[in-house]
Amino acid sequence: MKISVDEDRCCGAGTCVLLAPDVFDQREDDGIVVLLDASPAAGLHATVREAANVCPAAAITVAETA
Amino acid sequence: MTSTVETNPAEVPDFPMTRAAGCPFDPPPAARAKQEEAALTRVRLWDGSTPWLVTRYAEQRALLSDPRVSADIDTPGYPSPSPLPKGGGGSRISFILMDDPEHNRLRRMVTAPFSMRRVGAMRPAIQKIVDDLIDGLLAGPRPVDLVDAFALPVPSLVICELLGVPYGDHDFFQDNSKVIIRRDATIEERMAGHQALTGYLDRLVADKEAHPADDLLSGLAARVTAGELTRAEAAQMGVLLLIAGHETTANMIALGTLALLEHPDQLALLRESDDPALVASATEELLRYLNITHNGRRRVAVEDIEIAGEVVRAGEGLILANDIANRDTSVFPDPDRLDITRDAHRHVAFGFGVHQCLGQQLARLELQIVYSTLYRRIPTLALAGDLADIPFKHDGSVYGVYELPVTW
Repeated sequence: MKISVDEDRCCGAGTCVLLAPDVFDQREDDGIVVLLDASPAAGLHATVREAANVCPAAAITVAETA
Repeated sequence: MTSTVETNPAEVPDFPMTRAAGCPFDPPPAARAKQEEAALTRVRLWDGSTPWLVTRYAEQRALLSDPRVSADIDTPGYPSPSPLPKGGGGSRISFILMDDPEHNRLRRMVTAPFSMRRVGAMRPAIQKIVDDLIDGLLAGPRPVDLVDAFALPVPSLVICELLGVPYGDHDFFQDNSKVIIRRDATIEERMAGHQALTGYLDRLVADKEAHPADDLLSGLAARVTAGELTRAEAAQMGVLLLIAGHETTANMIALGTLALLEHPDQLALLRESDDPALVASATEELLRYLNITHNGRRRVAVEDIEIAGEVVRAGEGLILANDIANRDTSVFPDPDRLDITRDAHRHVAFGFGVHQCLGQQLARLELQIVYSTLYRRIPTLALAGDLADIPFKHDGSVYGVYELPVTW
C-alpha cells in the first residue's frame, strides 16, 4: 500500500487522525494533514482505507501495491 | 432564480417537513418516504422555489464533495432557508457560505486550534468544567432544568475559553444567538441579534489587537494587524464560532440525555462501562441518531450534474438532508434503533465535503466527557415530568429541547 495526501485539498477536519493516528497527523500551525507513514504495515491497511473513505475533502489517495 | 417542476405543483411537498407526534427523535416520516421513492426528489420552500431534496447517503456524499456544487449563498438558485437577507445583515456569515479559494483561505486561519492534538490538550480543562457544573447540580435544588444548569454552560465555557471571550458576557451572546437560529424570529429580530453580536466581537477583536492573549481571537487580531484579514472578517468568524460552538453541543447534551433516559437499556450499558471505546461509539451513535442540524445542508449546482438517473441543472438548488441519510438502511442496518454498540462513525451529522464541521473534534471530546461523567456521577438521573410536556425546537435550525427538567 502506498498513501499520498493532497495538502491543498485538506480541510483540517482531523477524521484521518481520529481513525489512524499512527499514519496521519496534523500540522501544528494550520491543522493540515501530515503523512507519518506512506507505506504502513498490513495490519493498518483496512483502517487507512476507511480514513481515505471518510476524508470529507477526498485528500487521501491509497494505491494498492503488491 | 427559482427552480421549476413539470409535475403537478400540489405533489411537491413543503420543506421543512414535520416530525410525527410522539416520535421526537425520528426525522419526519414524509422525508423518509421520499428516501424510499428516490435518491433525489423535489420539495417546495417558503418562497415557492422547488430545489432537490437529496435523501440517500451515497448521493449526498457524492454531491457534497462535487466541485460543480457551490455553497456560496450569493450563487443564483441557492435554496434560501428564510426571508432573512443573505448572511443576516448585508454580509455573508463567514466562510461556511463561501466557495474555495476564499473559503479555504479563511477556514485555514482557524483550523489549528481545532486539530486533534490541540483539542486533546483541552481534556483536563473540559473535564473540570463538567465536574464543577455537576457539583453545582448536586448542591442545588431539584428538579432543575438541565439545559440551563448544565447543557448550555458546558460548551459555552469551553468555547469562551478557546476564543478568549469573557464568560461573564454569556447572557448577552446566548440571548442574541438564540434569536438568530430561531426559525420563527422576524427579520428585524434576527438582524438586530446579528448586529449586536458582530459589534460585540468587533470590539473584542480590537481589544485583542491592543492586548493579545493566548486564544483564538488574539490569533485573528494578529492577522488583522498584519493586514491578512479585516477586523470585520475577524468579527464575523468570531460570531460564527461562538454560535456554532455552543448551540450545537448544548443540544447534543440535552437531547442526547433525553434519548438515553428514554432508552434505559442503552443508558445502563453506557453508565456501567469504563471502556473509552464504548463511550466513543455511543457518542458517534447519538450524533447519527439525533442529527440535530435537521434542515439539511444547502447547496446549488453551478453546472449540470447527472446523478441517480436525474440531471440536476446549473442554477438548481440542493438540500442535502443529513438526518435522513443517517437513517439510510444501506449504510446503517436497522437505522431507527439507538444502539450505542454499533459502528456509526460514517455518519454525516457533521456534514461532508470541505465544509465539514471545523469543530467536530472539540464537539466529540465535550460529548464523550459529558456522556461518560454525568450519568455515572448522577446514576439516578430521571426526567421530572412527562416526555409529552417537553418543548422541542421544531422551529430552530438546530434541533433539541428548550428545557429538560430532571431530578435524581
